Amino acid sequence: MTEQDRPITEQELHAYVDGQLDATRLTEVEAFLAQHPEAAQKVKEYQAYNQGLHALFDSTLQEAVPEILAGKPQVRKKAVPYLQVAAVVAALAVGSVFGWVFRGNMETSAPSTLAMVNDAFASHVVYTPEVAHPVEVTVDREQHLVTWLSKRLKTDVRAPALKTIGYELLGGRLLSSEGEPAAQFMYENAKGQRLTLFVRHKKTAESQTAFRYASQDNVQGFYWIDGNLGYALIGEVDKEVISNAAHVVYQELNR
Amino acid sequence: MADFDQLIADHIPRLRRYARALVRDVHAADDLVQDCLERAWSRQHLYDSSQTMRPWLFSILHNIYANAARQYHRTPPLVPLNQVDETIDAQQETDLTLRDLQRSLALLANEHREVLLLVGLEQLSYKETAEVLNIPLGTVMSRLTRARDKLRDLMHNQPAPHIRRVK
Repeated sequence: MTEQDRPITEQELHAYVDGQLDATRLTEVEAFLAQHPEAAQKVKEYQAYNQGLHALFDSTLQEAVPEILAGKPQVRKKAVPYLQVAAVVAALAVGSVFGWVFRGNMETSAPSTLAMVNDAFASHVVYTPEVAHPVEVTVDREQHLVTWLSKRLKTDVRAPALKTIGYELLGGRLLSSEGEPAAQFMYENAKGQRLTLFVRHKKTAESQTAFRYASQDNVQGFYWIDGNLGYALIGEVDKEVISNAAHVVYQELNR
Repeated sequence: MADFDQLIADHIPRLRRYARALVRDVHAADDLVQDCLERAWSRQHLYDSSQTMRPWLFSILHNIYANAARQYHRTPPLVPLNQVDETIDAQQETDLTLRDLQRSLALLANEHREVLLLVGLEQLSYKETAEVLNIPLGTVMSRLTRARDKLRDLMHNQPAPHIRRVK
């Protein structure tokens, strides 16, 4: 059977409509359509659908791309009461001497706060030893990282700069804490010591607190609730180091 | 890798167009695109730069959509019939035909709509479409055939007063 004799298939009619027909079959298909008005009508309608789709949706191509899609950060700086900063700074100074710090209004932390701290410790211990993939999104994509985590947590999340104390941001990842999205930022100093900052939404039962200290084995952490977020800064470093780092994190976040 | 950023940026308008056609609601469509871009960024190391980027991005978008199609469909697609004016000129007739098309498109099964849009709107090759949807080429062809049959059926059976306008 020669090429010319081969019957025209329905698939070839679609390929004709979509401009994907093998060039060697073009003449045959057009000859076929000339002799089969019903098929020709169908083809015409199919072509009209393709054109109609363009007429309906091509305007999207001309629209300016929204900033959030262009990857620009959504982070806004928030206004901060100075008194509160001062209180925390003072609390930290005391805290570095007495171990656990300012107790805010609560005698003990709410259960959900403790759950957050547990998740923060667990995540720190799981991810900081990773060599190849310590973070999900690396610092060279910092803006995307922040935009992404902000969207997932449905609030502005920031990765504070800790360069003043020798820690560089490595990146971060999305985690889960009590069924809710949480963020982890990871930092590293020149010696390869790593800190993680764990962030998640404040639960309704939690009220604003200043810094609290927690430790598990040789891992130290400070945690606090600020605004609508709960934070935990974790590291396998001396308590004074983590205390000072928490101080810097707090100031950076409220800058 | 600045090239990667630029490549992604170049594809955003087309991803938006496809998402808009797929889920109709503008905001839900942009959510879908944003989810797609986030995943693309986070999987940058998995991107094979010897391949063209478009099928890769569209397949990411498809997979997100396939896993959570429901959450992206917020707005009912139907237009009440009583909004259709009885006296219509040629431009309005075109608009009506387009509206019929949009409505019919919304009534297709997801698997049919996706193939129809990737081929007819995004003008992907059948092979690329198979890659995006992770299905065999033969399945692309049979879905495309079914999608257009069904669409034609819907277009020919639009409720009055549209039916008089369909040539």
